[in-house]
Amino acid sequence: MITNCVILAEPQGTGIAPVALELATLARGISEQVTAVVFDVDAQAAAETLAVYGVTSVVSLGDTSSHLPGVPVADAMREVVDRVGANAVFVAQSYTGRDVLARLSVLLDAPVLTNAVNVREDDGGLVVENLVFGGEKVVSSKITAPIQLIAIRPKSVAAEAAPSATQPSVTEQSVSANSQANRAVIVSSHVEERQGPKLDEAEVVVSGGRGLGNADNYRYIEELANLLHGATGASRAIVDAGWVPYAYQVGQTGKTVKPNLYLAVGISGATQHMVGMKGAKNIIAINKDKDAPILQIADLGVVGDAQKLLPRLIEAIRQKTGA
Amino acid sequence: MKVAVCVKQISDPSEAQTIDPTSMCLNRGAKAILDDSDAYGVEIALRLAEVAGGAEVVLISMAPNQEVQGVRTGLAMGATSAVVVSDPQLAGADALTTAKVLASVVKRIDADLVIAATESTDGYTGTVPAQVAALLGWPALTFAKQIELRGSTLSIQRQTEDGYDVVEADLPGVVSVTAGVVEPRYPSFKGIMSAKSKPVEQLSLGDLGLSVAIDEKVLAVNDAEARTAGQIVEDDGSAEAEIMNYLAQIKVL
Ligand SMILES: Cc1cc2nc3c(=O)[nH]c(=O)nc-3n(C[C@H](O)[C@H](O)[C@H](O)COP(=O)(O)OP(=O)(O)OC[C@H]3O[C@@H](n4cnc5c(N)ncnc54)[C@H](O)[C@@H]3O)c2cc1C
Ligand SMILES: Nc1ncnc2c1ncn2[C@@H]1O[C@H](COP(=O)(O)O)[C@@H](O)[C@H]1O
Repeated sequence: MITNCVILAEPQGTGIAPVALELATLARGISEQVTAVVFDVDAQAAAETLAVYGVTSVVSLGDTSSHLPGVPVADAMREVVDRVGANAVFVAQSYTGRDVLARLSVLLDAPVLTNAVNVREDDGGLVVENLVFGGEKVVSSKITAPIQLIAIRPKSVAAEAAPSATQPSVTEQSVSANSQANRAVIVSSHVEERQGPKLDEAEVVVSGGRGLGNADNYRYIEELANLLHGATGASRAIVDAGWVPYAYQVGQTGKTVKPNLYLAVGISGATQHMVGMKGAKNIIAINKDKDAPILQIADLGVVGDAQKLLPRLIEAIRQKTGA
Repeated sequence: MKVAVCVKQISDPSEAQTIDPTSMCLNRGAKAILDDSDAYGVEIALRLAEVAGGAEVVLISMAPNQEVQGVRTGLAMGATSAVVVSDPQLAGADALTTAKVLASVVKRIDADLVIAATESTDGYTGTVPAQVAALLGWPALTFAKQIELRGSTLSIQRQTEDGYDVVEADLPGVVSVTAGVVEPRYPSFKGIMSAKSKPVEQLSLGDLGLSVAIDEKVLAVNDAEARTAGQIVEDDGSAEAEIMNYLAQIKVL
């Protein structure tokens, strides 16, 4: 039986990341007590949000922003786990989530399961589901250790408000920053500015891949996204090639998106790409090769040359919308 | 300086992937190849070694059946030597177990810097590098898209959700690199020939004084809800009309 679940509500911008609410939703479904650990945010504001999702207590670690979160946050979470007697910990499959979970796993000498898309109760324990082969198969696994350390992919479960809001207690806990390993200092931060809606929140995502031919042709993707009020995305191939920044990447190592429309242009549909966009409501794919895997999952697949088709499509949308 | 590069040897991902119904593990093909993700790590290590003026680059790998083919590729690229740990008990090893084995090899060879990839192609747990660091009590500079060594200070550009951070730490440390950081070199003919005689040490768990218990179990592998192909049209010069129709249907336009 899971009685106490600790979740990591990592920061994003000035608040907590939306995935924290997904973790809270999942956690309260299997555990009576849900403790959220927050850092680098206004703890009271975070607690108010988390209360809506059924979190029963909040522990704030204050400001850790000068160091990479892995060491200090894992150290503090270990104390929280001990204090509340947690038997499950959920983090997001994010940069921060993975670093913290890895450290915590060593501190507690307990294994981890990552890339989870669902966690359910079964026979008093937890069954963790993850997708393999680009989402073709679901693997169900179980941790047989006393504590379950799990990283959950963002956008796997919908965040839902609890039937009634809680009134979580908020406690402060200081982090001990003097551990031997806590030497990774953040010297400076750089934000790559982008226009339009956020990739993982947009209703329409237009993504380009190597089939665009060259970096310059990515402007078609930007133009389309702009006309459809969507966000721009990319396959890893063109991120690696330096055509667009990492923040554009959709897929296993990039963002998971679940828009109303995903328009994939010149993307083959490698398993690692599909796992990040298969949840889209509607998929349109444009690809020169009729055997490209992406066409197997597209609601509308167009076999053709993107470089010829995109200018015509852009023109047609312009005419219709008068843009 | 001694650089250890974690290299995973995997079944060729371009071949059909299947799951063994009894062990519920991925079936391993006949050939083990160097995981593409780790080719980047090898390349980075070789470049850092060149800059540092001749450091040793040791490949470390845990493989179920003493596989060395993948490791040979890394040696052919220019690594100095390799250590491969194999043991029947390691079949289906989880990330923490893998990290314990790798960390123990790092101690044994007394490396100052460990390089790994962000995630492997077949397992993609994505936690092994930070677990290795934690076991060693070292910092983990994760998700590096660029790495530099100034004296004994590591400086990386760490990918973030919306850009990157510059992160620094003094050696010893672990760095995990993302793909695309550098272009891995192709082994030259000379490299391939010399790789054949480079030292590859084969160890068992006993040699490392380790015993493992695997606390994870796969219960079932099922088909996921399938998404099927819809309508497919050829662009005869007017496919934009089909797309416009579809956009109207789903009320995007
Ligand atoms: C551990 C790991 C993690 C990964 N994570 C990710 C990830 O998060 N996201 C991701 O995307 N990938 C990821 N990958 C990489 C993935 O395996 C693929 O290599 C990548 O997605 C391919 O990108 P692509 O489709 O743009 O390029 P390609 O596979 O080269 O496909 C290009 C496509 O364009 C088509 N084309 C060519 N010319 C035209 C034209 N004129 N008009 C129309 N179509 C054309 C071709 O038919 C082809 O289908 C990962 C790989 C590994 C090993
Ligand atoms: N069996 C292994 N042998 C050597 N290195 C490994 C092994 N497993 C994982 N690694 C390293 O850890 C990285 C992350 O692996 P994973 O946690 O499986 O995604 C890999 O890219 C490798 O660099």
